[in-house]
Amino acid sequence: MGTRYFGERVQRSEDPRLLTGRGTYVDDVQPAAALHAAVLRSPHARARITRLDASRAAAMPGVALVLTHGDLPPVLKEPLPKLIPHPALIHHKTQYALAPGQVRHVGEPVAFVVATSRYLAEDALETIEVEYDLLPAVVDLEAAVQRGSPPVHEDMGTNVCAEYTQRVGDPDAAFDGAPHVFRERLRMDRGTAAPMETRGVVAIWDTKTRQLVVYDSTQAPIPIRNGLARLLGLPQSSVRVIAPDVGGGFGPKIMMFYPEEVLVSHAAMHLGRPVKWIEDRRENFVSMNQEREQIHDAEIAVDSDGRILAVRTRFLYDAGAYIPYGIIVPIVASTQLVGPYRIPNYECTFRAVFTNKVIVSPYRGAGRPHGCFVMERLIERVARELKIDRAEVRRRNFVQPDEFPYDTGLIFQDNAPLIYDSGDYPAVFEKALAMIGYADWPARKAAAAREGRTVGLGIGFYVEGTGIGPYEGCRVTVEPTGKVYAATSVGTQGQGHYTSFAQIVADALGVDVREVTITTGDSGAFNWGTGTFASRAAVVAGNAVALAAQAVRQKALVVAAKLLEARAEDLELAGGQVFVRGSPARSVALGDVATAANPLRGTIPQEWEGPGLEASRYFAPPRGTFAGGCHAAIVEIDRGTGALRIERYVVVHDCGKIINPMIVEGQIQGGVAQGIGNAFYEKLVYDDEGQLLTQTFMDYLLPTIAEVPRAEIGHVETPSPLNPLGVKGAGEAGVIPAPAVIASAIDDALGTRITEMPLSHSKLLDLLLDTAPAAAGGARAGGAEMGTGNRA
Amino acid sequence: MKSAPFGYLAPVSRQEVLAALRRYGSDAKLLAGGQSLVPLLAMRLARPAVLVDLNRVADLAYIKPWRGGLAIGAMTRQRAAEHDPRIRERLPLLHEAVRWVGHPQIRNRGTVGGSMAHADPAAELPAAASVLNAKFVLASARGERVVDAGGFFTGYLSTAIEPDEMLVEVRFPAMPAGAGWAFTEIARRHGDFALVGVAVILRGDADGRCTDARLAFTGVSHGPLRLTEVERSLMSRRVDAPAADDAGRLASSLLDPEGDIHATARYRRHVAGVLATRALLDAAGRMRGAS
Repeated sequence: MGTRYFGERVQRSEDPRLLTGRGTYVDDVQPAAALHAAVLRSPHARARITRLDASRAAAMPGVALVLTHGDLPPVLKEPLPKLIPHPALIHHKTQYALAPGQVRHVGEPVAFVVATSRYLAEDALETIEVEYDLLPAVVDLEAAVQRGSPPVHEDMGTNVCAEYTQRVGDPDAAFDGAPHVFRERLRMDRGTAAPMETRGVVAIWDTKTRQLVVYDSTQAPIPIRNGLARLLGLPQSSVRVIAPDVGGGFGPKIMMFYPEEVLVSHAAMHLGRPVKWIEDRRENFVSMNQEREQIHDAEIAVDSDGRILAVRTRFLYDAGAYIPYGIIVPIVASTQLVGPYRIPNYECTFRAVFTNKVIVSPYRGAGRPHGCFVMERLIERVARELKIDRAEVRRRNFVQPDEFPYDTGLIFQDNAPLIYDSGDYPAVFEKALAMIGYADWPARKAAAAREGRTVGLGIGFYVEGTGIGPYEGCRVTVEPTGKVYAATSVGTQGQGHYTSFAQIVADALGVDVREVTITTGDSGAFNWGTGTFASRAAVVAGNAVALAAQAVRQKALVVAAKLLEARAEDLELAGGQVFVRGSPARSVALGDVATAANPLRGTIPQEWEGPGLEASRYFAPPRGTFAGGCHAAIVEIDRGTGALRIERYVVVHDCGKIINPMIVEGQIQGGVAQGIGNAFYEKLVYDDEGQLLTQTFMDYLLPTIAEVPRAEIGHVETPSPLNPLGVKGAGEAGVIPAPAVIASAIDDALGTRITEMPLSHSKLLDLLLDTAPAAAGGARAGGAEMGTGNRA
Repeated sequence: MKSAPFGYLAPVSRQEVLAALRRYGSDAKLLAGGQSLVPLLAMRLARPAVLVDLNRVADLAYIKPWRGGLAIGAMTRQRAAEHDPRIRERLPLLHEAVRWVGHPQIRNRGTVGGSMAHADPAAELPAAASVLNAKFVLASARGERVVDAGGFFTGYLSTAIEPDEMLVEVRFPAMPAGAGWAFTEIARRHGDFALVGVAVILRGDADGRCTDARLAFTGVSHGPLRLTEVERSLMSRRVDAPAADDAGRLASSLLDPEGDIHATARYRRHVAGVLATRALLDAAGRMRGAS
């Protein structure tokens, strides 16, 4: 394969369109005569619906349809599909399109109104009379597993829907015989992915052709298509699902089904008119899936040199009110916890627990930030207790470069053995330490202290399973114009697929990258696929793109050989031409080859595998490929106010061969921003009644450009042996270790032992006041020197 | 998040506004920059029968001299105040305070009068008005009256503005010659409503001893809070580090703020003292002996 574009910082072809407001998001789809939907949502976390009267709404001018559970066809009255079953998931409870008489979280849909405008639809919602019999809400994760807790689902008699253990070696024996054992109770709280574009669905039903077209801000258009066809009683070929430009996915948009996806489609068919629903931000806070809440009781056994003998964690995983997505997140947390370290004995047990809160499903990181936080906290605890440098403890425990493939002994989320395919953790680590200046940090820290500044350096290392199966596909077509079109069904939420996939195709066919047009996320353009999640698009779809482009290349050579009366093996592709090596004048344009491959008379040879300069190929990896990296940061803390400023943030990252470093760096920078949010700003706060107190961006704090430093990014490339391109995923790399890094930095600055995330000004000040009583006076002296320069 | 139905008036003169207020009273809501009201409308938390849009009313956006100080029309955008050289020169505290309001995009729309009339307890401009002894001109069909800052802010999101009145102008006396000043605050993120903020004005005699101290806090009470006990405690003292420390400690001990999801009561109480200390030292550094 040529290497003209692969590995280059090719400018993103989609950016001019997206940055000048010419993108097409679901809300930009405006069919004529569309009706607009609004959802009546439960104001209570747990209640029985004793009366529901929507007759006034139905009679209002402009209202076309009002749906409650009782109005739905039988199949839509049932719980929505179970996505990913698991033998350990005993109570696989899933959500309803509309609540059937009991609500289990604030925001759960109760009624659905379609009207001529969204304003009128919301006016109509206010006239729907619902009487609720309030039940005590299950909010606190630990209380939910106590005996006597009310059950979220009454037929269960417990809130634990799954309990699952994985064990490697003999952890009990290792702990019993270990010279040092350290325990930590560690927790991470809830957050939301907060995509810039909320969810949205537009459904258009053609009553004559009986074709349904659904625009959906989803990460998984093909599974949505297949599921909708089944639920609505249509052949898959009569349903087309298009994920147009999607303004951020981050995991929650790979749910199926959100009630609105089903309700909007059903309403459009029922009414014979296009129906549109755009989630508003307040709805997004109470109806888009959330994540992150876990409480770990973790322990580590080490020898006197800090070498890990065993690790064990028992943790609670908050599933929210239903668990459609199964236990992927806690499995990922359990298995990715081991990180880059050689852990001969390991045990993880989790309980997945229902609470009366919004449903939990994977959100960028999907358990990895938790695992990384737990492991890295344990490592730093060991360093502190044994008085060994924290970098040295890591060095002593890294899986070494000559140990790959390295079998952790665990089973990953794709049900395949969790085997690290390649990596060089020491190289990544030393590079990160060099970039952050670890060696002379003690001197710099002391100098800062002399200026009255409190600073800390944090480190975090992670391994990220990426690129899992089952498969993706791609069709590459050269048209007679010479322009190249490639279609894959994975959706795009900003990852730059239009550019990085085009780079792969352009290299294979010897054309300018601008001649390649990529289509993603349209079931009408490519019929098979799974979706964009788990850092898999570049690995799985990217290799399918490469295979299809190679197949087209081979066909171009065969067809051109006939046209040029040369041997295929003597031909080359470059500049949009096929030519005889050494005699560039003997050439034919790629477009002309495409024309010749689709003749009007005569026949086409069997070996062409069909007409046209076109091929479809699939790539199905046997198991995931494992990226990894090390982040390091320097923070400054204002002892008077608990303000935290991140001075520097370094990322050294290994995602195998890099298709486009600029795109990877953009992914990492965005992830770092989300990770910093998870560490210090973003927290969903529920009160004791299960009311979400953070339902606006005034209360749910996303970090901004003022809080997030520009990450300094270094690359290490250890190609994956598991796919032809040698690539690994990069989608979640930025977010995973950020909480661990910030905790590490704060500990270094203050001598604390951080055990929870996210933190805040208030929590940091509590630590300062409670752990160092002398700090209050010192704060004023130090603070005075800082003056008012603490805005950052 | 679509507002409930409401009537909409777009008057072009003060007289039309006042006539509308006389007619609709508390059923009407005035729309200035919309930075607080529009989200409240969208969430159906505010449901006025009539929205009276002030954005086309003539002669409400101005900054003009007033008795050595400045009078600012209620519809003056915060961004305009921020960039006005006379405010920077004569009311440097106000200049500093307005820069802490939200982000430039917010200040481009938000108005000086809107911020005062909304009276959010965390807002910067009410605290600045409080230490600058600003005067609020309220107009109605009945006539005009002038209310001092102390009487204008009456409680949580509450002011002395009657249902048929509108705030038309805020008058700021000139800052005393040689006065030191400071405004600082701490927010969860840059541009957020402050968790705690403090505005300070200090005057001293030729020896640097304090002859006048004014401190107003945001975020620790139902509105901008002057702590006269702290102010008195500074009188005749040189505002050096120990004095500022004492004043901060005293301020903390006097405050009884409420906690919320962004910061505990303890946080606000403690940090109010820390910020008071810092602001006092900044202000003392800027102070010149009275001439």
